[in-house]
Parts: sequence; C-alpha cells; structure tokens
Amino acid sequence: MPSEKKLMRGSDTLAEAAVRAGCRFFSGYPITPQNELPEYLSWRLPQAGGTFIQAESELSAINMVLGAAATGARALTSSSSPGVSLKQEGISYLAGQELPAVVANMMRGGPGLGNIAASAADYFQATRGGGHGDYRTPVLAPAGCQELAELTFLAFDLADKYRTPVMLLGDGLIGQVMEPVVFPDPIDPADLPPKDYILDGCAGRAPRAIFSMLLGQQGELYKHNLHLQEKYEQITADEQRWEENLTEDADIIAVAYGTASRIAMSAVEELRAEGVKAGLFRPITLWPYPKQALRKLAQGGVKVAVFELSAGQMVEDVMLSVGERAEIHFYGIPGGVIPTPADVIDFLRSALKGDGKVGRRVEI
Amino acid sequence: MSAPAAEKIFGRPESLKDVATHYCPGCGHSVAHRLVAECLDEMGLREKTIGVPPVGCAVLAYNYFNFDMVEAPHGRALAVATGIKRVRPDSFVLTYQGDGDLAAIGTAETIHAANRGELISCIFINNAIYGMTGGQMAPTTIIGEVTTTTPGGREAKAHGSPIDISRMLAVCEGAVYIERCTLNSFKGIKQAKKAIRKCFQVQVDGLGFGLVELLSPCPTNMKMSPKQAWQWIDNQMMKTYPLGLIKDTTGYEDK
Ligand SMILES: Cc1ncc(C[n+]2csc(CCOP(=O)(O)OP(=O)(O)O)c2C)c(N)n1
Ligand code: SF4
Repeated sequence: MPSEKKLMRGSDTLAEAAVRAGCRFFSGYPITPQNELPEYLSWRLPQAGGTFIQAESELSAINMVLGAAATGARALTSSSSPGVSLKQEGISYLAGQELPAVVANMMRGGPGLGNIAASAADYFQATRGGGHGDYRTPVLAPAGCQELAELTFLAFDLADKYRTPVMLLGDGLIGQVMEPVVFPDPIDPADLPPKDYILDGCAGRAPRAIFSMLLGQQGELYKHNLHLQEKYEQITADEQRWEENLTEDADIIAVAYGTASRIAMSAVEELRAEGVKAGLFRPITLWPYPKQALRKLAQGGVKVAVFELSAGQMVEDVMLSVGERAEIHFYGIPGGVIPTPADVIDFLRSALKGDGKVGRRVEI
Repeated sequence: MSAPAAEKIFGRPESLKDVATHYCPGCGHSVAHRLVAECLDEMGLREKTIGVPPVGCAVLAYNYFNFDMVEAPHGRALAVATGIKRVRPDSFVLTYQGDGDLAAIGTAETIHAANRGELISCIFINNAIYGMTGGQMAPTTIIGEVTTTTPGGREAKAHGSPIDISRMLAVCEGAVYIERCTLNSFKGIKQAKKAIRKCFQVQVDGLGFGLVELLSPCPTNMKMSPKQAWQWIDNQMMKTYPLGLIKDTTGYEDK
C-alpha cells in the first residue's frame, strides 16, 4: 500500500524512499548541503536492518557501495559537487564492472569549493560520464518532493535493470524544500529478482569474479565496450522521461530542469495570466536526454528558451535536439545565485522580442 | 589383504585454480597465494570467501584463486571489503594488497578499516617497490634502495623515510592482530602460514581487524636473481622491517 500523505523535507524524502525501495546500504561523507540525508539514514537504515557507514572520504564511500553492490545489495551514496568529483573513480569502476548503485548529487556552486547555494553546474559531469572511460550513467532530475520519492524508486530499478550506476541530480533547494509526499509501496529486498552475478560465496557453484580489467589480446575490452554501448543505446531508446506544460499552443517554450524548472514554471504561469503563450519543457532524465520530444515541439516558429543555474551546460543538449528548427535563447546564472521568476519573465519576454537584453541567442 | 589407500600428502589446494600464474620466477606473490589457499582449505573457508585483489602485480588474482572475488580500484580494497562484509557478515572477507596499494594510495582506506575494527583479513605484500608499473619507489622502499624514480637511492630528506604501516596500524583500537613475516626462506614461509591462519581465525571469531605483512621478493624490479633478492630481504629489508608479532590482543593461548 502506498504511504499516507506526509509533509517531508527533500533530503528526508530521498532517504526514506531509498529505504522503501529496498536499499539496505548507505555510505557517505558529510558535505553541505546534503547532510540531512545521511543523518536521516544513520537511524533509519539500522531500523530497517540495513547498514549506515560514515566513511572517511567520498572515495571510500563509493567503494564501500561498490562492495555492497557486488554482494547484491541495493546501495546508495550521496554527496554534493566536490564530493561527487571524488566519487568519479568509483562510478567509472561501477560502470565498467556493471554493478548497480544510486549516487545522489545535491549540487552546489563551483568550481573548487565554491559555495553551498543551489547550482546546476555539474550537468556535464553527470551526463557525460564524469569519470574515465566510455560510459554514461542515467541521470534523474527531480523538481519536488513527490517526484524525488518516485525517482528514487526508479533510480534503484534502473540501476538493477541495466546493471549500472544511476545518478539523482538535485541541489540544496530540492533537498530543503518541504512538500507533501505519498511514497510508493515499500519493497522488501527479499522480493527483488535474484541477481545471477553477485558474490555470496561459491558453495554449490563455480567461483565468480567481478572486474573491469580486460587485458586479453582478442579484443576483449573492445567487445566489452561494444556491449556497454549497446546497453546505453537501449537505455536511450527506452528510458527518456520529461514533462510538458502548456506547450501545445506556445509561442515560447522554456526548457529547464530541477530547481530552475520551478522558477521557470512560475514565470510561465505569470506570462500566461498576461496572455503571453509561454510553456515549459522539463527534462526529467538528463541522460538520456529527451531529444525527440523536444525536437517535436521545436516547429512552427516557436522559440526555445533555455534557463539554467549554470553558465550553459544543458543548452548544448538543447542545441543537439533542436538544431536549426527553432531559435534558441539561453539565460544562465552560475555561482549559486538564484534568480526570481521576474528575472525569468524578463528573459522570456526578451527572447520573444529578440532584443538580446536578457540572456542571449545561441546558434549551433 | 588389499593395499592401503594412498594418502595424499601434497597437492594443489582447492582454493587455487589449476592454472599457471604470470608471476616472475622467485616472486613472493605465488608463495603468498599458495599460503592463503592452503589456510582457506584447511579452515574450510573457501566456499564462504569473498576476496578483493589489489591493483598491482596481483591484480589478476581472481584468475588464480578459486573463490568469489571482486576487483577494487587501486588502494580501495579495504573500502570495497567493508561494503561486502557489512552486507554479508557470514562471508569470510579477504583483501590481498601490495605496499603501493595499501600504504600509499590506499592509506586512508587502510587506517580507517583497521580503526573501525572491520572483520576483514588483510594480506599485505611488502616488496619495497612498485612491481606492476616497473620498479618505481614505493612508500616502503628502504633508505638507499635504488628504484626507477630514486636512481640515486632513496634519501629520507628528498623522498621521505620508509613507512612502517603495520606499526602505524597497531595503534588502531580495532586492529587486534598484526604480524610481520617473510617469504624468503622455508622457516619464514612456515611462520607466515601460521600467522595467516591466526589472522583468519581472528575474523572467524569476530574479534576485529587482522593483518599479516609479508616481506616479499621482487627479483625482476630489483634486477637481481631470485636468490639475491631473497638475500637482500635478509641483509637489508629486515633492518627496516624486523620480523615478528606487532600486535596481538586476541587473547589466544598459542602466543
Ligand atoms: C588510480 C591509479 N593510479 C595509478 C595506477 C598505476 N598502478 C598500478 S599498480 C601500481 C603500484 C603497484 O605497486 P604495489 O601496490 O606495491 O604492488 P606490486 O605490483 O608491487 O605487487 C600503480 C601505481 C592505477 N592503476 N590506478
Ligand atoms: S614484477 Fe616483481 S612483484 Fe611483480 S610479478 Fe614480477 S617479481 Fe613479482
């Protein structure tokens, strides 16, 4: 049975959803703005019979998750930007070894230590692989608590289904916002489909090895990479998710995700109230990017207006999706500064007029 | 009267696969593998074992050991092993690591796993050099030792002094058994096996973290014959790393 409706903070929602999704292992290292998440799990996981470990670093945390995943557990780690940089080594190994895990990044301003304000400057890192080697991780970008709960379940399902690390990409605002949540039915880990690759001791079967090093002279690594690419193509074909709001008759379509999409939606609603035909396209999976869906909307003279809490990262995927089918405008705020809906209204108006006063036109 | 059934007195341990290894002649890794395998067999642990090899010359240990294994990134074996042991406390969890893996890039993972008293057995191969990457200075390289990155020999001032990680670990409350042995003589190997068994027993009994350091020859990178490399351990390496028990709070009677 789904849970009763509860008012919950974003970080607690993610943590609670993970436990209900059958996650029984967490390891992480403190960093603002995501400390509430491990704090919640430090009591909640033991209560559910799971393990919580405060690791000595993010490097260690992600590798503990790797070990837990190798034994078949649904495992989670979370951090914020500087810590996620350290996790890239482990994420690359998880991808290479085809082990499932969920990594939450509550992004903050960067580069370097930056600041702790909400930011979306890790888009490239999240969607382009992040660590070394030819790999991708599915990236889910929730815009509120209810969606956070649902996407946390989805993250664990995708991780298991495709044997891949999956990233939940939020920020301090998504983590702090309090909203009503109804959790999906809890999953008992014992009811999850068995995994035939995990390590649990070789009694009654041949020993198993999980590894990513393929030194063979017969193109073993090449073949492994082709296999990974086939998997990524499958994910790209089957797992794109997005939301369209007021796009059918729109003259201008804002494209934004996560926190930026909440601001953009307020702007769109205000413009609608004034009779301006604005809409919002909100990608939910950042990789795979919902390219075709966005491409379909980019016709008949509609303008596409990308708004990001970064200096311009997702805009590249928008350009790849839309090409020259529509005018693309970009407005990006880096450095952990959060603009108001009024700023975004100014941007959308300016884009409609094409006067270049707020934001700028971008061309492929 | 029928002939008495033949008694097998020596053979390949079940915990070792029947394959040739890539280790150089005279290398300590093959001896250490055999000791680990014999102990697991004798203690009936093979089918419960999950091993974590290092990144180093023993990176392919999963091709040689006949039990479940998962590769860890360089230095992270004890973090990976922690994840395994916490999820499957009934498993027997083993890491096998070189000095670069354990005492340079993985120092933090090593100290903290020991300090948490993780129920893991760690086999630490100290060959005082980076074998796999071609003979560079290791954290354990001794003073005066020539490596490809200390062509004039290691100097404390320029390169730091050799690190005695086993003694450092001994101050961690969670580490209950640490012993240093050698693989360069019959006597040393016998003692090493005893230590490995005891280290494994520590985990079986749930006492805490256990580690056996094995002084191990790397003739290839020392540019010595196997015999010279074994002698070098006696004549040089043991001055920096004296053999013997470093810590034992197990309370076992056999001391
Ligand atoms: C992150 C990372 N850095 C560096 C390396 C290269 N590397 C592989 S093995 C090794 C050191 C091996 O030395 P040691 O741990 O002493 O083991 P040995 O080969 O001597 O048994 C290094 C530096 C790597 N694989 N990964
Ligand atoms: S290089 Fe050294 S450590 Fe590596 S296999 Fe050869 S002798 Fe052994």
